[in-house]
Amino acid sequence: MKPRETTLEVGELKRPRRWHILVFLLPALIVYTAVMILPLIETLRQSFYNTVDGQYAFVGLGNFKVLFGDPRWAADFWNALRNNFVFFLIHMAVQNPIGIALAAMLSIPKLRFSAFYRTAIFLPTLLSFVIVGFIWKLILSPIWGVAPYLMDLVWLKWLFAPWLGRPDSALIAVSLISVWQYVGIPMMLIYAALLNIPDEVIEAAELDGVTGWSQFWKIKLPLVLPAIGIVSILTFVGNFNAFDLIYTVQGALAGPDGSTDILGTLLYRTFFGFQLQLGDRSMGATIAAIMFLIILAGVSLYLFVIQRRMRRYQF
Amino acid sequence: MTRTTIKGLLLASSILGSAGLVQAQDKTLTIESWRNDDLTIWQEKLIPAFEAKNPGIKVVFSPSAPTEYNAALNAKLDAGSAGDLITCRPFDPSLELYNKKHLADLTGLAGMENFSDVAKSAWTTDDGKVTFCVPMASVIHGFIYNKDAFDQLKLSVPTTEEEFFAVLDKIKADGNYIPMAMGTKDLWEAATMGYQNIGPNYWKGEEGRLALIKGEQKLTDDAWVEPYRVLAKWKDYLGDGFEAQTYPDSQNLFTLGRAAIYPAGSWEISGFNTQAQFKMGAFPPPVKKAGDTCYISDHTDIGIGLNPKSPNAEAAKTFLTWVASPEFADIYANALPGFFSLNSTAVKMTDPLAQEFVSWREKCKSTIRSTYQILSRGTPNLENETWVESANVINGTSTPEDAAKKLQEGLDSWYKPAK
Repeated sequence: MKPRETTLEVGELKRPRRWHILVFLLPALIVYTAVMILPLIETLRQSFYNTVDGQYAFVGLGNFKVLFGDPRWAADFWNALRNNFVFFLIHMAVQNPIGIALAAMLSIPKLRFSAFYRTAIFLPTLLSFVIVGFIWKLILSPIWGVAPYLMDLVWLKWLFAPWLGRPDSALIAVSLISVWQYVGIPMMLIYAALLNIPDEVIEAAELDGVTGWSQFWKIKLPLVLPAIGIVSILTFVGNFNAFDLIYTVQGALAGPDGSTDILGTLLYRTFFGFQLQLGDRSMGATIAAIMFLIILAGVSLYLFVIQRRMRRYQF
Repeated sequence: MTRTTIKGLLLASSILGSAGLVQAQDKTLTIESWRNDDLTIWQEKLIPAFEAKNPGIKVVFSPSAPTEYNAALNAKLDAGSAGDLITCRPFDPSLELYNKKHLADLTGLAGMENFSDVAKSAWTTDDGKVTFCVPMASVIHGFIYNKDAFDQLKLSVPTTEEEFFAVLDKIKADGNYIPMAMGTKDLWEAATMGYQNIGPNYWKGEEGRLALIKGEQKLTDDAWVEPYRVLAKWKDYLGDGFEAQTYPDSQNLFTLGRAAIYPAGSWEISGFNTQAQFKMGAFPPPVKKAGDTCYISDHTDIGIGLNPKSPNAEAAKTFLTWVASPEFADIYANALPGFFSLNSTAVKMTDPLAQEFVSWREKCKSTIRSTYQILSRGTPNLENETWVESANVINGTSTPEDAAKKLQEGLDSWYKPAK
């Protein structure tokens, strides 16, 4: 009895270490650390330093005090943050519902050419933001644009305005361009989730007399809710990191009158400078740190509060 | 067979390689620049002219995209891989490079005496003691107009503000042409072609600009608000949807003959010459009352400096002295009509439009853009704010007084003029 036990214990101890896991993880870990984690730490570090009397020195929370305390910095920052929230809300209110609706329509089995629609709607997502920005600037151009021309054909020319040039409409216009570009992502993710619903569930629902709209609201939507959650958090992270489209459509000053200035463009101007404005790395890093905190807060909220309460169904 | 081919190739390459070594004893100078539009002019005209006179020195012009130039150049200088010669942006970006020891002191360079102090102002330290770039060219502001349209409508060139608006009214009443091609979408058009174009007539050029730097005048003074009041009136004469009209849109509207007047910078000349199918003329910014002295914005725009880490410093200085010579000025100014030489020796321009622009130097007083020297050093940046506010004034979303007040408050927040 006893010797047997000992051999068992020895066998447990001699179980080979699974080095290969570490080896397989290592390349990704190294690359990710080098291009993501280290720069992030360096940025956070830089936000606590600034040039004081020509010397690069630790200033504690000094940069943050300037950003929130100086009326001009604060005005710029809050303006950018507010615009960023509007940008995000428009995406949530327009992009995601349209994405869900498109996915629901694509998943109708009787729909013809669904592969074509799927590709066509997803295509803009694959386009470079430079092309998207350029195309839309042309479409909406009051001089050569097709938008005023097409609206004229249906007697709606009076509704047309130089949207990208007006402070009250520019942000909405740019947001909708971005929605147009990225609507394919929620559509694809939710479409995949819808296809994952087993036929048995749908058949059972049909036997119980749940069909059509009520089937969508009561059966399908709850089942794709986790996918919608993922889409929302992707939208959040994407929008608070956004920069490229605004930069190509409205330029680095995000005009008119700063009405399309979001955190990304503010960071760009501050960090790299613009025209005669020289780059200010410390203040740029400070803004970047705030952006990081905002995104971190949003993602944490989702992970620890929303996702835990979300019900998942196993089939 | 294959093996012999490879052997042959290896042999040939080793011989060619050593031939390259012999060649390399020639000094090769590399020029960093953002003027990628000028590549052919450098390769076909300027560099051959220099190399013919200076055997043993080869010059390579290596431009990068204008919007990336500052960042790319800084990165290269920090890494020590930048070229021998560096094209200088005016004012602070270059001063910053000099302070970081990325540009050499050229005060004593032979040929520097060919330039006036105003010409050198963009590349001189604040105390005026050290000059670190050789001035190459300036751009002049004014208005380019469609001569055919003016003839057709029997209009004469306006010289005063009143005449200017009368002409615009007539073009508008006729309805065939958009009176003026300018948009506010890109913001800088409003500031550069608008405010800085007509402004010098109101703030009296250098007099007002220097007073502003000394703190004797404020942007809220009448002389500085007045141009905004005039700009606010431009709104009615711009094309439909000018709020979303970009800079290329404006250029195209004019060169397609759809607009009669274009608030311009002289850098447009060569582009317009090739694109416009009609006769063009130019007039300086109209003065307030007949007989007033006229002022023009003759803005120092390009210079060229020496990288102190260059291994070929002597050859590079030879080149810079040549750049400072009247010979270079002549080739450069005529190859690039619209970029006027800053050399004290007057250059005879062959392009009539360019000649018209440069002729204003004789009857008007020259100044540079008001926001460029010293005043755009802090945060908020006065130049950027001027872009935004000028566009606001033309869009009608801000009054001239409010715009001026905002600019002055921004300036006051960090700028303390030496008393």
